[in-house]
Amino acid sequence: MSVMDVVPIVLLAALLGLDVVTFPQAMISRPIVAATAAGAFLDNAFAGLMIGSVLELIALGMLPFGASKYPEWGSASVVGGALFAGQHGSPPGALAVCVLAALMTAVVSGWSMVKLRRINAFRATRLRSELDAGSSDAIVGLQLFGLTADFVRGGLVALAAMLIFRWLVPTIVAVWAAGAVYSQAIVVAIAAVVAAGAVWKIFHSIPRAALYFLAGLAVSMSLLVAR
Amino acid sequence: MTTPATTDVRLPVVTWVRIYIRLFAVQGAWNYETLLGNGIAFCMEPALRLLPGGRGGEAYTSALSRHARYFNSHPYFAGVAVGALARAELEGVAPGMIERFRIALGGPLGSVGDRLVWASWLPLCSLIALTAFGLDARPPLVVAIFLLLYNLGHLSLRAWGLRVGFEKGLRVADALGHPLLRRAPQYVGAAASFLAGVAIPLVAHRVAGGGKMLAAAITLFAIVGGILLARFAEHSEGWRLALAILALFVLYSVLR
Repeated sequence: MSVMDVVPIVLLAALLGLDVVTFPQAMISRPIVAATAAGAFLDNAFAGLMIGSVLELIALGMLPFGASKYPEWGSASVVGGALFAGQHGSPPGALAVCVLAALMTAVVSGWSMVKLRRINAFRATRLRSELDAGSSDAIVGLQLFGLTADFVRGGLVALAAMLIFRWLVPTIVAVWAAGAVYSQAIVVAIAAVVAAGAVWKIFHSIPRAALYFLAGLAVSMSLLVAR
Repeated sequence: MTTPATTDVRLPVVTWVRIYIRLFAVQGAWNYETLLGNGIAFCMEPALRLLPGGRGGEAYTSALSRHARYFNSHPYFAGVAVGALARAELEGVAPGMIERFRIALGGPLGSVGDRLVWASWLPLCSLIALTAFGLDARPPLVVAIFLLLYNLGHLSLRAWGLRVGFEKGLRVADALGHPLLRRAPQYVGAAASFLAGVAIPLVAHRVAGGGKMLAAAITLFAIVGGILLARFAEHSEGWRLALAILALFVLYSVLR
């Protein structure tokens, strides 16, 4: 992946990182969308969708309630999607390493979101007298600063992640010792466990939730057998 | 208690549009001091220009200062607060009453939104998109299904919130008791539980390849692991576990 490929990826990551909380929260930042978009930028939308689906399973249980701290999936999924789409032919281990890179990026990006919220709080405190006086300039200014800073935040996190993982991922993949199917299976099994646990946590209070889940399993198994 | 200046307040179409667009950035300056407070004032500002004295007038600045303080709500339901508070300001309701109403409104808007959107609609749309992926849908279709479906709910909810908030004013709590808002999480949850059963094996099969038996084995592993995770690690987050196990797996595969 060339430096010229990294620039649009960073801009995309900045834009989709913005969607997570600040604007417009249309969920274009969800892994299944963001990673696919990054893959499409590198002419490999399917690779982006594949890693996006794995990340989506992992992200299923992450509910962005109010002030809770959580990984930031928007920028991280763009990074993961771009890294995986850049591994031509999906060599063994590529999915595992790219998912790990995306998860690490999501953690760092989530941490940076907390820092930005503190900076916003600091600015709001500093502008308190103007806000108390009903200054529309102060209100709009605070809002625009937050939006701009979030865009820059997502871009910087993605830039750092791409600079590090752009050479680290191929280096690790080159010495990967496990088989291709086994490697992919382990990754998707981990994601599936997390997704199943998340579904149980979120929906266990729904009457007959386990029965609905089992009915769904029966349908999917039938589809797999029928193919 | 209230001193309405007018009983039939209306907003020009351009003001509606301005407020609706601003609602998408209501969390633009989200912070640990005022949470959504600044965003609420930012969204209401176009309506407050209609107060006596206009932009910069005393009524305008004192209303803005009231609403730039601490406020919490689900972002998609912030329109309910913005609409209701804008109506109260334009009707000339006493500031003390508006303040009490603001304090009372935040909690319900947060809990209804969290249950309906974050814990129901979003997981359902994710699972539908994952099912489409598992059924061999091409990337543009998977993305389109997710975005169109999710945003059909998202955009409608924001528009409904703003409209009902402004229509009902201080009586907006009645609207939050709507049967659809109370029952929808249950129906959506049932559908999502079913779709989780469909999606997980299909995604496992498509990502791992390697045949149906492998997909079945991964599914069985996921069910057992998921139950153990939910029961014995109730307070831990799944992504942390995924990160730790994946890191160990990568280390093992490189060093062995």
